[in-house]
Amino acid sequence: MDTTRRDFLTAAAAAAATTAPDLTHAQTHDHDHQDVPSDVALRVKSLESLLVEKGIVDSAALDALVDAYEHKIGPRNGARVVARAWGDPAYKQRLLANGTAAIAELGYGGSNGVDLRVLENTAAVHNLVVCTLCSCYIWAILGLPPVWYKSAPYRSRAIIDPRGVLSEFGTMLPENIEMRVWDSTAEQRYLVLPERPAGTEGFSEEALASLVTRDAMIGVAKVTPPQKGGRG
Amino acid sequence: MNGIHDMGGMQDMGPIKYETNEPVFHATWEGRVYAMSAAVTATRKLRLGLRPPIENLPAAEYLRMSYYELWLTSLTERLVASDLVTRAELEIGRAAPGSTKAALAVSPADAVAAIFRVPARRKEAIVPRFQAGQPVRARNINPVTHTRLPRYARGRVGTIHRDHGVFAFMETSAYGLGDKPQHLYSVRFSARELWGEQAPPQDSVYVDLYDDYLEPV
Repeated sequence: MDTTRRDFLTAAAAAAATTAPDLTHAQTHDHDHQDVPSDVALRVKSLESLLVEKGIVDSAALDALVDAYEHKIGPRNGARVVARAWGDPAYKQRLLANGTAAIAELGYGGSNGVDLRVLENTAAVHNLVVCTLCSCYIWAILGLPPVWYKSAPYRSRAIIDPRGVLSEFGTMLPENIEMRVWDSTAEQRYLVLPERPAGTEGFSEEALASLVTRDAMIGVAKVTPPQKGGRG
Repeated sequence: MNGIHDMGGMQDMGPIKYETNEPVFHATWEGRVYAMSAAVTATRKLRLGLRPPIENLPAAEYLRMSYYELWLTSLTERLVASDLVTRAELEIGRAAPGSTKAALAVSPADAVAAIFRVPARRKEAIVPRFQAGQPVRARNINPVTHTRLPRYARGRVGTIHRDHGVFAFMETSAYGLGDKPQHLYSVRFSARELWGEQAPPQDSVYVDLYDDYLEPV
């Protein structure tokens, strides 16, 4: 980092620490360390420059991590897994028997990878994934979770009222379907294998993958059939 | 800890707010917080897990703060608790005069590879105390420290659905107090066992619970 930028950050951080906090971030602290500065972005920049100066992080590694999630790791990866399972019954059997090994076949996870269980939705059973305590999610093939997945309304109600939660997503299930909610309280990760929609016979794997949504792989939505006349 | 983070079963948190075409990060600083947490974790020098500092926040603050604000709070607390930075350094944003530069920073390639590492999985051959199909009761415990046994399951009777294998025990590993490796099970609870007669009889909740959390029925 050049001197000018560091000086700016230092001065800005010092200014943030001495000016009155912005009302939107006003809060009561009963501990004695610093108050949250009004500008969280400034505080984060200040922390990064400190960690770089101390040799604890490399800014290029931070760039690489952000880039990985913004451009490489995301629901498209999971969609590819689902599409392969829809089109290849043997792969589907391997995926359901050992999710970790089956996603590794497509280059995801690897030997040090995640521990994945795949849950199959059928006409009789609907699976839904939640992390009531925090935000556990299958990062390796879905990317980072959306805000609603990490939010209090979803985490609190998904286990006690999964049908009500699904209806908020516009997903209505038959009354007699068996609902299974999976609370990822530890290091085991879950992916829902949605039902293949009707009208997709003969679709290529790519065309199938384009129908699969993140929400369907969490279990809050179904995969909808392609528009009439379209081919995904 | 019986904190607000353990919110499974609460009903007053409002409607779910869905954002169409949600970006991965809503602001640059969110990505930097996530990346700093991942990169510092990859140094393997942190002696405190992500969640304990977040779970120690007063409930009102926990609910007010955004997700990456919680992560930022956790990161600074973990850096201090692990003697990697001091509070004085955090305040001024510069290393203390005379301090030496560490050589801990991981490379971009190693940082990205670490995303996929699951250090909790263990290879020890430990005899499981429970078998699939066996009825079990989740213990009624109320630790004031980090736990992975949610309140809604405590004291409830379920069935072992599957043995996931041997994992580090987060109650100790989150504090650097050892991995205490043990079996982790998927335990099936009927929705009626958890929520009573209002729940549909065919529904169920599967919870991943460590050996230490279970007792035979």
